[in-house]
Amino acid sequence: MSARRRSPTFWALLAFTLAVCAFLIVPVWMSMLAGVTQNYFTGWRGGLTLGWVIKVWTDYRHTVFLSLKVALACLACTLLLGVPAAYVLARRSSALARAIEELLVMPVAVPGLATALALIVTYGGFGDVRRSWGFILIGHVLFTLPFMVRSVLAVLASIDLKTLEEGARSLGASFTQRFFGVVLPNCRSGIVAGSLMVVTLSLGEFNMTLLLHTPLTPTLPVGLADAYASLRIEVGSAYTLIFFVIIIPLLVALQWASRPRDPNATS
Amino acid sequence: MKSDRTLLIALMLPAAVVFIAFFLLPLANLFRIGGTGKMGWAAYGAVLTEPRYLSSLLATVALAAATTVATLFISGVAGVFLSRNRFRGRAVLTALLTLPLAFPGVVIGFMVIMLAGRQGLIPDITDALFGERLVFAYSMAGLFVGYLYFSIPRTILTVMAAAEKLDPRIEEAARSLGAGPLRVVRDVIVPALQPALLAAGAICFATAMGAFGTAFTLATKINVLPMVIYTEFTLQANVAMAAALSFVLGAITWAALALARTASGSSVAAAG
Repeated sequence: MSARRRSPTFWALLAFTLAVCAFLIVPVWMSMLAGVTQNYFTGWRGGLTLGWVIKVWTDYRHTVFLSLKVALACLACTLLLGVPAAYVLARRSSALARAIEELLVMPVAVPGLATALALIVTYGGFGDVRRSWGFILIGHVLFTLPFMVRSVLAVLASIDLKTLEEGARSLGASFTQRFFGVVLPNCRSGIVAGSLMVVTLSLGEFNMTLLLHTPLTPTLPVGLADAYASLRIEVGSAYTLIFFVIIIPLLVALQWASRPRDPNATS
Repeated sequence: MKSDRTLLIALMLPAAVVFIAFFLLPLANLFRIGGTGKMGWAAYGAVLTEPRYLSSLLATVALAAATTVATLFISGVAGVFLSRNRFRGRAVLTALLTLPLAFPGVVIGFMVIMLAGRQGLIPDITDALFGERLVFAYSMAGLFVGYLYFSIPRTILTVMAAAEKLDPRIEEAARSLGAGPLRVVRDVIVPALQPALLAAGAICFATAMGAFGTAFTLATKINVLPMVIYTEFTLQANVAMAAALSFVLGAITWAALALARTASGSSVAAAG
C-alpha cells in the first residue's frame, strides 16, 4: 500500500482527518496556553506566568484531593465488587448470567442525573450520609462498575478458563489458590485497563456529582464548573491545565493498556 | 460441584447487593415519587402534554439525532481512512483523535468556549476574514459542537475496530466489477459496518440526550431536557416533576440502547 503513489482521494481524506484532529486538539492546546499567559487578550506574547496555576492550586486544591480520594476509593470498591462478579459471569453462560450482565450496565445507559436524583430521594434523608463524600462514592461506584466488569470479562472470555482451572484443581489446588494463583494473574490486563478506566471516569464524573455533592464536598469537575461560571478565563484555563496534568497521563496509559481491543464494546 | 455453586453465588452477592440497594430500589422509588406531585401520575404524561416540556423534549431529540448523524459521518470517514491506510504518523494521529475519550462534559464545554466563545478562535478568524465575530458557543449550536467533540473519539475507535475486520478482497471484487469509489462505499463498506455504526450511533444518541455537563458550562438557559430537570429540582424545588421527567429521560436513553442492541446483535453500552 505505502509503496504505491497516493491518490488525490488519499490526500483529501488525510486533510479531512487532520481537520477532525485539529478540532479535538487545538482547543486543548489553547486552554493549556491560556492557563499560563499573563493576559489572555494580549496572548502569550504578553508574557507567561505560573501565577494563575498557583492561585488555582491555593484556592481549589481541596477539590483535587477530594477527587483523588473518591477515585481511589471507587477503584477499591469496583475491584472488590467487579472482579469476582466478572469471574462468576465468565464461569456461567446461563440466561440468568447474561441478564445480570445487562442489568449491571444499566447505570451507564440511564443518565447520571436520573440516578443521582433517585439516590437523593431515597437516601438523602439518612443522617449524615448526604453530607459525606461517601454519597458521591456510591454514585461513582454504580457508574464505573460496568467498565471494570466488562473489561475483566472480555479477557476472561478470551482465555480457556475452564481448562486452566481444571488443571489446577486436578493438581489439588483449592478454590482460593485457583482464584489468586490462576484466575487473577490471567486477567491482569483486563484489571489494569478496567482500573485506568474507573479512575479516569471517576475523576471526571460530573452529571451525578453535581447533584450528589454538598458545599463541603466539591470535587474537581464541580470546582471547574464553578470556575468557568464565575472567574476570568485565565483562572478557568489554569484549573483545566491542572485537570489535564492529572487526566492526560491516565488517558495515554489507557490507550496503551487497551490497544488491541475496542474499549467501547465487547461482543 | 455443589459447593462450587455456593461459592459463585457468594462471589456475585456483594455486587448484587450494592446494585439492588443503590440502583434498582432508588430507581423504583424515583418512579413512585414521580407520581406524588400536584399532577399525580399525570406527571409522566406531562412531557407530552405540557408545551414547555414537550418543546424541550423535541429540541433534545433533534439535537441528539443531529449529533448522531454528524458523528457517524465524520468518524466513519476518518475511522475507515485510518484503518485502510498505512502512513507515517498514523499511530500519533490515531492517538490524538482518541485522546479526549473520557473528557468530562464540563471540560468539553470549556473547549467549545475556547473555539467559539466570546474570546474564542473561530470569532477571531471570522473577524479577520469578514470583519464580524461569529460567537455561537452559548447556544444550541455550541452544545452541538460540544457533543460532536464528545462523541467523535469513541465512535472512531468503534469504527476502526469494525473496519479492521472487513475483508478488503470484497472491495477489490466490487472495484474490478466496475463499481466507482462512491458505489463501493455505499454498497460494500457501509452495509458491512452497519452493526458497528448502529451500536456507536445509539451510544451517541443516548449520551447526547442525557448529558448535561456541557450545557451547564455553556449556558443554563439552553432548553434541553436535562437542564429542565436540573432547574425543576434545584430552583423550583419541584422534586416530583424532576423525578418524573428524569425517569422518562432514562427510559428513552435505555430504550435507544436496547433497540440498537437487538438490531445490531451485539451488546452496547453508553460511556462517559
